[in-house]
Amino acid sequence: MNGVLTLLSFGPAGWGDEIALGVLVTISLALVTLPFGLAAGFTVALAKTSEEPSLRLAANIYTTIFRGLPELLTLFLVFYGAQIAVQQITRVLGATATIEINAFVAGIVALGAVFSAYASEVFVSAFRAIPRGQYEGAYAVGLSRRRTMQLVILPQLIRLALPGLSNLWLILLKETSLVSVIGLADILRQTGIAARVSKEAFLFFGIACLLYLGLSVLSSFAFSAIERRVSSSGPSR
Amino acid sequence: MSLPRTAELDDMPPPLPVRRWTLARITGLVLLSGWVLLGLGVLYFLLNSWNPELISRYTPNYVSGLWVTIQLVVISILAGAVLSVPIAVGRRAESRVISSLAYAYVYFFRGTPLLAQTFLIYYGLGSFRPQLEAVGLWTFFRDAWFCAIFAFTLNTAAYQAEILRGAVESVGRGQWEAAAALAFSRWQTLRKIILPQALLVALRPYGNEIILMIKGSAIVAIITVYDLMGETRRAFSRTFDFQTYIWAALIYLVLVELLRIATERIERRLTRHLGR
Repeated sequence: MNGVLTLLSFGPAGWGDEIALGVLVTISLALVTLPFGLAAGFTVALAKTSEEPSLRLAANIYTTIFRGLPELLTLFLVFYGAQIAVQQITRVLGATATIEINAFVAGIVALGAVFSAYASEVFVSAFRAIPRGQYEGAYAVGLSRRRTMQLVILPQLIRLALPGLSNLWLILLKETSLVSVIGLADILRQTGIAARVSKEAFLFFGIACLLYLGLSVLSSFAFSAIERRVSSSGPSR
Repeated sequence: MSLPRTAELDDMPPPLPVRRWTLARITGLVLLSGWVLLGLGVLYFLLNSWNPELISRYTPNYVSGLWVTIQLVVISILAGAVLSVPIAVGRRAESRVISSLAYAYVYFFRGTPLLAQTFLIYYGLGSFRPQLEAVGLWTFFRDAWFCAIFAFTLNTAAYQAEILRGAVESVGRGQWEAAAALAFSRWQTLRKIILPQALLVALRPYGNEIILMIKGSAIVAIITVYDLMGETRRAFSRTFDFQTYIWAALIYLVLVELLRIATERIERRLTRHLGR
């Protein structure tokens, strides 16, 4: 028992500080990905609900690709693909410098793309749940299309999309673990290193699982707080 | 020459509405041509780097990798389906102890990454080697393949239990009461009345779960199982040819799309009496 506490202590003998850094990396990767994923997902959802068939088709191709590929493969495609593309470009430009693609950035791009593909579906079904009369009423009182979206549709949309989005956030949090494979020092990589060095694999991977579990418990608390606030701010339909 | 009679004019269809060049249409066409260009680019890349030697050398590997992926998914989904029944029953059990145990199981496996669970089982159970050897299970847990199946089964059982529970709960209470009024036993009610309705609801989530498993199964490549992803990684590390990843992406996309279309067809066929 004492040995376990030493292994987990913060300091030169323990892995506590390394793992804490990993937790920070995991949280920041998920938090940075979220706004990109939400914005892209919303845009794709707008395209999907558009009256223009070509726009709908283009958006559907996007979701088909990113919902059909394994997340790990998407990550590798982004990571190695970008590396090869950058090398080609530098070769064309005549430079000899080798540019490394940051695992963090590759993670944001890949996870953001996957997140946005799923988020667009959530937004689309939220859009469908808003009755036409809401648009018609807003136009009738003279709001422009833009103002209608801002003042009338978005507030309702957020309330409708929130449960689906909170689910996607939990999935995103878990998927950040894949970025450990391309070398980002997140929870799973740090605990993996600790497990290899200390030969206490069950302890450290168990801790990794508990940390992820803790993060998702915390997130569900946060989401129920947000949901309570959002649903109390408007009339329920 | 005679002027066309008015009756003929009346029979002519109305003119098609003029398709104006709106911003949405222009954006749509630009994006669509972007996708077409990307598709052509990938095609050009594949044709340009077409290497008969490479293809003939790695095609058998890809086929065997695909087969490993399919086996992994089928075995874990089926074993998970069996395991999910007691968990779903446990979730609805009257006893607080049993229902909270089942809830804890589901919460743990849904709240942690599949990759971490796989590591916990494959690397973590190595810590208990003497104990596992004593009960004769070490040969099972030494093997990455069995560990992967074990981890995936436990994981998908948690998700499938929730699908099953949700589907059974979606059937109205009145159905149970009506069956009880007709003197059906509990088991008869479940088998003849509840499950046929519940499984219709569960069909789509089950299809999604299989798709998620196919995609999730790619992570076994990390614990040295040579599934489709593992073969791809091996081919890439030997050749440094990016087309290895492109081929894998195409295979996964086709697999997932086929499955999605199949689920949709089956659902449409099975719900045709509902007139949806």
